[in-house]
Amino acid sequence: MANKQTNFIYHIHPEKVPASTIRFTHTFGLGGMALVLFLLQIVTGILLKFVYEPTPDKAYDSILFMQNHLLFGHYIRNIHHLSGTLLIFVALFHLLRVFFTEAFYGPRSSNWIIGVVIFIIILFSNFTGYLLPWDQLSYWAVTVVTQMLSYIPVVGPELTSFVRGGKEVGAATLLTFFNFHTAVLPFALIILLLFHFWKVRQAGGVVVPRNRNHNGKGIIPVVPELVVRELVTGLILLAVIFLLAVFIDAPLRERANPAYSPNPAKAPWYFLGIQELIMHFHPFIGVVIIPVTLFTLLFYLPCFPFRIRNTGIWFSSSKGRKMALISALLALVIHPILIVASEYLIHFNTWFPSLLPVISGGLFPLILYSIIFLLYLFYIIRRYKPLSNEIVQAVFVYFLVTYTVLSITAIFFRGPGMALMWPWKIS
Amino acid sequence: MKEETHKEVNEQAPGVESPGGRRNFIRKFWGWIGLIAGLEMTWVSLTFLNGGKKKKESSETSYTEIARAEDIPENSVFPYRAGRLYLCHLKDGGFLALSLRCTHLGCSIGWDKDQEEFRCPCHASRFSITGTVLNPPATRPLDIYPLKIDNGMIMVDLAHPAPRKSFNPGQETKA
Repeated sequence: MANKQTNFIYHIHPEKVPASTIRFTHTFGLGGMALVLFLLQIVTGILLKFVYEPTPDKAYDSILFMQNHLLFGHYIRNIHHLSGTLLIFVALFHLLRVFFTEAFYGPRSSNWIIGVVIFIIILFSNFTGYLLPWDQLSYWAVTVVTQMLSYIPVVGPELTSFVRGGKEVGAATLLTFFNFHTAVLPFALIILLLFHFWKVRQAGGVVVPRNRNHNGKGIIPVVPELVVRELVTGLILLAVIFLLAVFIDAPLRERANPAYSPNPAKAPWYFLGIQELIMHFHPFIGVVIIPVTLFTLLFYLPCFPFRIRNTGIWFSSSKGRKMALISALLALVIHPILIVASEYLIHFNTWFPSLLPVISGGLFPLILYSIIFLLYLFYIIRRYKPLSNEIVQAVFVYFLVTYTVLSITAIFFRGPGMALMWPWKIS
Repeated sequence: MKEETHKEVNEQAPGVESPGGRRNFIRKFWGWIGLIAGLEMTWVSLTFLNGGKKKKESSETSYTEIARAEDIPENSVFPYRAGRLYLCHLKDGGFLALSLRCTHLGCSIGWDKDQEEFRCPCHASRFSITGTVLNPPATRPLDIYPLKIDNGMIMVDLAHPAPRKSFNPGQETKA
């Protein structure tokens, strides 16, 4: 039985696993899907690399050439774009699955941190790839995002010109982004992914509810039971992407023109929540304080002193489920109201013109927002008397929904001049 | 046998006060060598990341002729997109060369003739003809280019836009 092929598989999977863990709904196969998408990115990316030329004069033309004169050139680019976008979603859902089944304790705590790092690298892989077509969309998105860096205290302006390799986005930026996109980040990802998988194997596979008693019953061999399921999931995913890529075109606007920004100029969709945030807060708060705080908490998650661990149970408990739901609903109601209020009613900047902008436009809205958040927190604690992990989960859901609301607002409800308007009014 | 060697190593491993401290010294030595190697590698990487990028930035000032002063009416602006700037002729007769980069996120601003103000398409920041912020989220005035007027010809140093805290009449150049 133990031939060479299966031997290799046992480096990745245990020999036997509980039958309950191979049900599709146990993990939704998200980690495996992310891997398939990553491999697809490597293959299509290498193909694109043979045609693409990373200079401002030639980049756009090489894309045009690829799309118009190369057999399946357009199709390969579509696959690369689609699968890159999907990778963000799949990796995010994978992270959420791990979070909501509390699979970040014990032997998995370091793997949670590696996972968050991988997620951040995926975002930056996507972002560095965004510039490469050198069209109006990519040029201005990168201009906007790199300018956000300049609000980091002390090193900000230097950092921006370092990342851009000059005063504005240009040839040096393109070359740097190209190399990060095609060498540095994929290489880092491969190393981290290997580490990630090894850590999963070390922890004895995917998470299982700890109170479930197996007693040898319901234990099944990985080959063929699990491996075949993984293969099927991967193949279905590939089939879906190959089909969708026929119909969904990767965007390509006019050639980049550094003298005219399109109206509105938006960051890539995954950073648009931050762009929306700095419509309401001073950039220092929106770009530095809030994201850094949230990501620090995310890294710190496995180290919170939780007294009771509900490992492997979706949403921790039935109380946890209710709290998550109410948090989501509250965030869904509160934030659209706040956005509209901030757009039309609340103008701390103009009310206190004599104060520093970082105080009037930054600190004041932050205090106002914190009061609302604390009211929410007070409410759920009073009403549910929850455990610490249920609170953490509820707050996580609250901010997750908040970022989603911000992103959707910026993607669909912001027209020319980034003015708030209905999606059907934006032509 | 294997087990024993392992144990032996383990006993030595804390190495807080091993006799002579030679083992300790060697371990630290390798640590420092590794650190230095790491720093060197970082330095080389940064040099390469910066490689060739600073070539074009020279400290020399060279002025480019943009337009004749009498061609720009008072209280109006003249876009010079190739140099990423607007020439502004103020009401009091002074000239300013303002960067067309919004100071908020770097989008290129446009001049609204009716409202007589600059508008940024990205976040709706507005600036007056002197580059002063009229509407946030921008927090500081538009950058300014060095400008001089020679025999009625407006000349601008395109390589050196400079940030400023606020507008003052000293920044204007009169014909």
